Formats: sequence, C-alpha cells, structure tokens
Amino acid sequence: MNAPFRMNGQLTAFLCGVLFSLGLGISGMTQPDKIIGFLDVTGPWDPALLWVMLGAIAVTAPGYRCVFRRVRPVFEPIFHLPGPKGLDGQLFAGSALFGVGWGLGGFCPGPALTALVSGYPAVAVFVIAMLLGMRLFQWLDTRGGQTKRETGPAAVADA
Amino acid sequence: MYDLFSATALLGGALIGLAVVLFALLNGRLLGVSGIVYGLIDRDTGGMGWRLAFLGGLLAGGLILLLVHPIALGVSANRSLMATGAAGLLVGFGSRLGNGCTSGHGVCGVSRLSPRSIAATLTFIATGILTVLAIDIGFGGSL
Repeated sequence: MNAPFRMNGQLTAFLCGVLFSLGLGISGMTQPDKIIGFLDVTGPWDPALLWVMLGAIAVTAPGYRCVFRRVRPVFEPIFHLPGPKGLDGQLFAGSALFGVGWGLGGFCPGPALTALVSGYPAVAVFVIAMLLGMRLFQWLDTRGGQTKRETGPAAVADA
Repeated sequence: MYDLFSATALLGGALIGLAVVLFALLNGRLLGVSGIVYGLIDRDTGGMGWRLAFLGGLLAGGLILLLVHPIALGVSANRSLMATGAAGLLVGFGSRLGNGCTSGHGVCGVSRLSPRSIAATLTFIATGILTVLAIDIGFGGSL
C-alpha cells in the first residue's frame, strides 16, 4: 500500500531536481563568475542574478498562492511549512556567513551540486567543504543545543 | 560590459520557479537545497528517499547540461582551491545556522513574503557584496 505512494513522491522529487538544475544552468547561475559578477557592484556589474530571482519569484509567488490554498499536497498527507518565527541573531549570523562564502567561492548549494558532474576539482572541493560545514553545525547544535531543542517544534527549519 | 537585460536569466529563473511550485504541489515542501541536503546528514529529520531522489535529479540535470549546454558548468577564473574550500565551509555552516540558502530563503521564502527570509536574503547579498569588494580592494579581484 505504502510503496507506490512513496515511489511517486520520490519520482516527483527527482523530476523537480532535474527542472531546478536545468533552470540554474540555463540562467547561468552554475557559473561562479556570474555570481561574483553580480556581487561585484563596483566592477562591470552583471545583473543576470537579479533577473533569475525576478523570474523565479514571478512564478513562485502566484504559484504558491494557488498551491497552498489546497487542503493537502498530492503525494504527502500535509504541507511541511516552517511555522511563524521572529528574526533572531542566528538567522542574521548564519546568513552573513553564508554571504561571505557565496562571494568568496561564487557557489551556493544548488549550483555546486549541479556542477559536480563537470568533474572540476574546485566543485568537488566546495561540495565536500560544504558538507563538512553542515556536519560542524550539526555537531555544535547537538552539543550546545540540548536545552534549545526542548523548545520544540518552533525550531522547524525555514527550508 | 554585461547586458542590462538577460532573457535566458529570466527564463531559467522561471524554470526554477516552476520546479519550486511543483515541489510544493506534489511533495508539499519548500525547495531549499541546503535544508534538503542537511536532512541527509541529520538523520533525525527523515525522508531519506525523496531527499536522495532530489539530489539525484540535480545531478541528472547537471549531466544533461554537460551534454547539451556544457558552457553552463564552470569554475571561477579568479578563485583558488583554498578559497573555494573555505567558501564551502562558510556556505555549509552559514546556511544551517541561518536556516536556509539562496533557494530556500531567496526564492521560496521571499515568494511567501516571510520576514525571516527577506532579512536573510538582504543579509547574504550584503555580505556577499562586501566580500567581493574586499577581494577587489585587498587582493586585486583574485584570491
């Protein structure tokens, strides 16, 4: 009973991954120099990333509006959405560090994973280091976060 | 000099949006790549099957690009392996501390008008700009 249900959810996750990475590739976002070119506002500024964001949000904002009006998604019993949570220091500190890494390498997680098949050592180095960074966070989080975790479901991830 | 308008960027962005909307409709989740990957590291989160399937989709998409549009896959001409490794650490750690990355906050969260995601997106664009500026001034644009 449960098997075909999960198969479908996995197949759609796979297909969404394909679409997502093709979108990244077509828009140029898998090329670190396009990212760095966007962030380099004092140089010959490359606005492409702005158009990518606008294109993505122009589809997502109305699309989400329709989708979240539904009672439930197609292959899951419920929508898994982050609960309301205010701004906090972790959000700003984490995003700030993320931005430094983004400007330093020109990669963020999606494009780096997409570009992994290129076989360039730099992409592999980035992805391995990224996984290590996540592992480091997990280690610190479980080490210092025993009491934090007790605050419960509010700690749901944004994404 | 770059063109002020890029139709391929807009089109690719729309495709990204389509994937994000379909993922919500079919799988009931926000499409945040760092969160999806982190669930493979932090096993308490569950959902190994669909997470691996999504990751496989990214790699399959990369393979298609490699075959039909190889110019899309590249590395920076101005960054060393050392800098790239440090960047990976910061991106991996920062995305988890901040609960999201370019996709989860920048596309999904901003589209939901989440104040957290809007704040996160403005923050990482700002520190990204400052980082590139610092590399321009301190190291002549290469590191």
